[in-house]
Amino acid sequence: MIKQPKRILTLLTSVLILVALFPGSAVAQGSDPTDDDVNAIAKQLYCPVCENIPLDACGTTACEQWRGIIRDKLREGWTEDQIKAYFVDQYGDRVLAEPPRSGFNWVVYIVPLLVFVGGIILLYFAFQRWRTAEPEESSRKGVKRAADSRNSTDEYISRVEEELRKRSKG
Amino acid sequence: MKKILIWGGVVLLLLILGFGLIQSQQGQIGRGELAPDFELKSFSGETYRLSDFRGSVVVVNFWASWCDSCKPEAKDLEAAHKYYQPRGDVLFLGVDYVDTEPEALAYLDEFQITYPNGPDLRTKISQAFRIRGVPETFIIDQNGVIVHVQIGPFRSLEDILSIIDPLL
Amino acid sequence: MATDIGFGSLLITLIVSIYGLGAAVYGEKEKKKAWILSAKQAMRLVFPLLTISIISLLYLLLTDKFEVVYVQEVSSRSMPDYLKITALWGGQSGSLLFWSWLLAGFTSAVTLRKWDRDQDFLPWVIVVSLATLAFFVLLNTFFENPFIRYWETSEGIARAFSRPLGGVPIFPSDGRGLNPLLRHPGMIIHPPMQYLGFVAFIVPYAYAMASLITGRTDDRWIQLSRRWTLWAWLFLSLGLVLGARWAYDVLGWGGYWGWDPVEISALMPWLSGTAFLHTVLIQERRGMFKQLTMVLIILTFNLVIFGTFLTRSGLLSSVHSFTQSTIGPIFLAFISLILIVSLWLLNKRWNILKSRQVVTSYFSKEALIIISVVLFLGILVTSFWGVIFPKISELVTGQKVTVGPPFYERVAAPILGGLLIIMAICPLAVWGYASFKHLGRLLWKPFILSIVGIVLPLYAGMTHWPAVVAFWLVAFVLAVNAIEFFRRTKLRRKKHIGSLWESVVHVFNKNRRAYSAMIIHIAVVLMALGIIGIEFFQTETQGTLPEGGELGLGSYKMVFEKLDVFDTDGGRNVARAVVSVERDGQIIDVLYPRRDYFYDSGQPMTIPGVRSTLVDDFYVILVDWKAITAESATFKVYHNPLVKWMWIGAWIFIFGVVLATWPDKKIKPFPVRS
Repeated sequence: MIKQPKRILTLLTSVLILVALFPGSAVAQGSDPTDDDVNAIAKQLYCPVCENIPLDACGTTACEQWRGIIRDKLREGWTEDQIKAYFVDQYGDRVLAEPPRSGFNWVVYIVPLLVFVGGIILLYFAFQRWRTAEPEESSRKGVKRAADSRNSTDEYISRVEEELRKRSKG
Repeated sequence: MKKILIWGGVVLLLLILGFGLIQSQQGQIGRGELAPDFELKSFSGETYRLSDFRGSVVVVNFWASWCDSCKPEAKDLEAAHKYYQPRGDVLFLGVDYVDTEPEALAYLDEFQITYPNGPDLRTKISQAFRIRGVPETFIIDQNGVIVHVQIGPFRSLEDILSIIDPLL
Repeated sequence: MATDIGFGSLLITLIVSIYGLGAAVYGEKEKKKAWILSAKQAMRLVFPLLTISIISLLYLLLTDKFEVVYVQEVSSRSMPDYLKITALWGGQSGSLLFWSWLLAGFTSAVTLRKWDRDQDFLPWVIVVSLATLAFFVLLNTFFENPFIRYWETSEGIARAFSRPLGGVPIFPSDGRGLNPLLRHPGMIIHPPMQYLGFVAFIVPYAYAMASLITGRTDDRWIQLSRRWTLWAWLFLSLGLVLGARWAYDVLGWGGYWGWDPVEISALMPWLSGTAFLHTVLIQERRGMFKQLTMVLIILTFNLVIFGTFLTRSGLLSSVHSFTQSTIGPIFLAFISLILIVSLWLLNKRWNILKSRQVVTSYFSKEALIIISVVLFLGILVTSFWGVIFPKISELVTGQKVTVGPPFYERVAAPILGGLLIIMAICPLAVWGYASFKHLGRLLWKPFILSIVGIVLPLYAGMTHWPAVVAFWLVAFVLAVNAIEFFRRTKLRRKKHIGSLWESVVHVFNKNRRAYSAMIIHIAVVLMALGIIGIEFFQTETQGTLPEGGELGLGSYKMVFEKLDVFDTDGGRNVARAVVSVERDGQIIDVLYPRRDYFYDSGQPMTIPGVRSTLVDDFYVILVDWKAITAESATFKVYHNPLVKWMWIGAWIFIFGVVLATWPDKKIKPFPVRS
């Protein structure tokens, strides 16, 4: 159960994240990190001072200091994961764009998955039931009507129907 | 069965919303409440646990280097600390909220603050005190009960002394 | 004086609404028609009454009456008049009044139609609408009164409507001014549209409830509310698009959608509302899924109220939310009330709503629609869960967590893909019986045409497979719709005389609903292009440049020409950079990214310079959080491919919905070729 979402996660996010990281994924150790290197990491972090705005777009002094920290750590040769872990240790889980995959937080990932799988199963059985149900008189008529209006072969009937529909709308 | 599940879900949702609302509307921890215990690891490496200081008055000040309104009260807090230092039964603790270490150290240096200060790791302390912003200061008596909550900066040294003196 | 009139008419509205509510119930119970008619008159009266309140508040705003708390908080002398009008919805209490006013507008409008055939619905429509209105007016009278004013008392400054003991009125000389983020043309129409979309759902909901209460659960309530639902959906869509546009133009992070909780709470009713519109189709054509349709309208209206609750109660904090407020508990009580009452009624009528469901094939139109409804609900559940999980986590573990874009995108992206597939197949699918073979016969032509959508990106050197798949899907949907329209017109041409244009118009008029749907779906696909562009291909760079310095991004290069810092009227200080955009050594455009600083509120606003073409946007931000000097400035540059299609698609979308909503015209007799 626990492995499954993780795999889906890596598969689906890696693409997105790779693109996001592209401009600054390779920083040689010791070299001076560029703004892009800093932003590539800042993009994935959220500072509690400006909620719901990613760190790279937030304008408060606190966030600027955070970006400074990222720059310092990059200069010291830290990797992206190390830097993120450092921020989590300092400021808690909420700095990450998503809850870390541990403990109670698994609930956030498992529930949509359960709903999804449950939904598919439910829908499948519902379709089975709907298929075998005896077609009723009225719905057979519905089929005919639908087929008619689609092929639009009989102008007259469809125009009458149109009129009827309008009348019934009052 | 299905019905029970649905109604249960509705009730659960409303409960979550209700408790969430209560939580978000709760202000700071109030006067007369027992202060939540915490451990503060100072920038210089010592660990301070609030419950170890029963018998002393403890002043817990939340601040940050990026906080402009923290600056005016910084020297007053330090002066108050200096004033009570000889007595030995008033402890000042600075909790640095969502801050970066180099800037925090520069701030402490700028205002020549000597009482212990440390980062609020994982924002645990600030969450326990339910602070809404910085600066906020909590004054805790000898029994660990909160006797004063200061929202926003102190206006002067006298302001601080006038609150602590009656406790001693 | 104006405060008295405004508040007085607010109070009268409250009384009138409660009276109407009571009169309707009493009249229905005692079978006294006069009482119901009286209730109807009361309901007709609420809109003019609240209009008086709105005009009073507007008057206070336009005449700078800063002794009124609301005016002082959201307006200032230096603001131009159009912004003072905008300030009407720039703060909690004013926007609540505005909301109530719009709600009253819909409520009163409902009374204007002829009710003779639907007398049995009338009292209950009145009860539901007036109860909702009474609740919002109650909030305005007792909790968020926009007409209270400042008083000087012995205990400091008080805020009250009537003079407190020993109070002396005070007249602040100026106000704090509107939040700068709201001082943007997009913001002037975004909230009204959003609110209109929200409140308009009251009409279909009231009809649905009336149908549940009376037990008259045939299609009548759907016929009566169809047009209202479409209008609601139109406004909600407009609100979302304008909000996205505003974010793109003002918030300065290079995107238009950030999965912010408040954005999501506006998206959720849209999702369920969209699902509702689709099940209505099945119910009308096949008489099936009545239960689902009912569930969806209840869900939609509850989500509208829930979204309002999230933004206004202080449960969540976000760029959009209003400040801490005391209305949380009573709002929660109202949500509980409508949720429980709706569900109870639904439960009571569940068996009458049962319809014989027959879906013979996975490829019939109804099956495809049901699948798409489930997909919409999939995004909805995920969004809902993502929004409330941080609260649950805080309650259970005490840890605050963020649920951000990656969480939602992981679910929304594949679902959007699935929806695109269905959108491609659906116009060709028929109601009732359909086989894969039949569908395949119709699909192969567009499928072959859509190969272009794979070949072209590959040829352009695209190696990113989800993007290639997405482009193919877009091409597929477009091909299906184009071929289908062409086929029908040709069929028409064979049988009738007249010009090509006449044929096109006639084919269109004859089945306007189907074709508006087609237009809407094509629009969605175009919008999908914009989403693909920004999700998969956005690139960015940032750099601090001296005057004359350059910053390259892809095949583009920007040159920092100069920077002017000056004051303008309206109390703002502007730092405006002149940036030329080069491509292949040629200057192709000049942009003016700027940073406006508002003196009265002390807040900055970042306005990007954007060169927008059908191919891509070159988006330059003058980064505010680095010191801006005349010698050097920091720029952040985004390259956003295809974003313009988002806005083009949005306009076509809205055109499609307006077309679907437009009143039916009599069809002119058309000469038939014998």
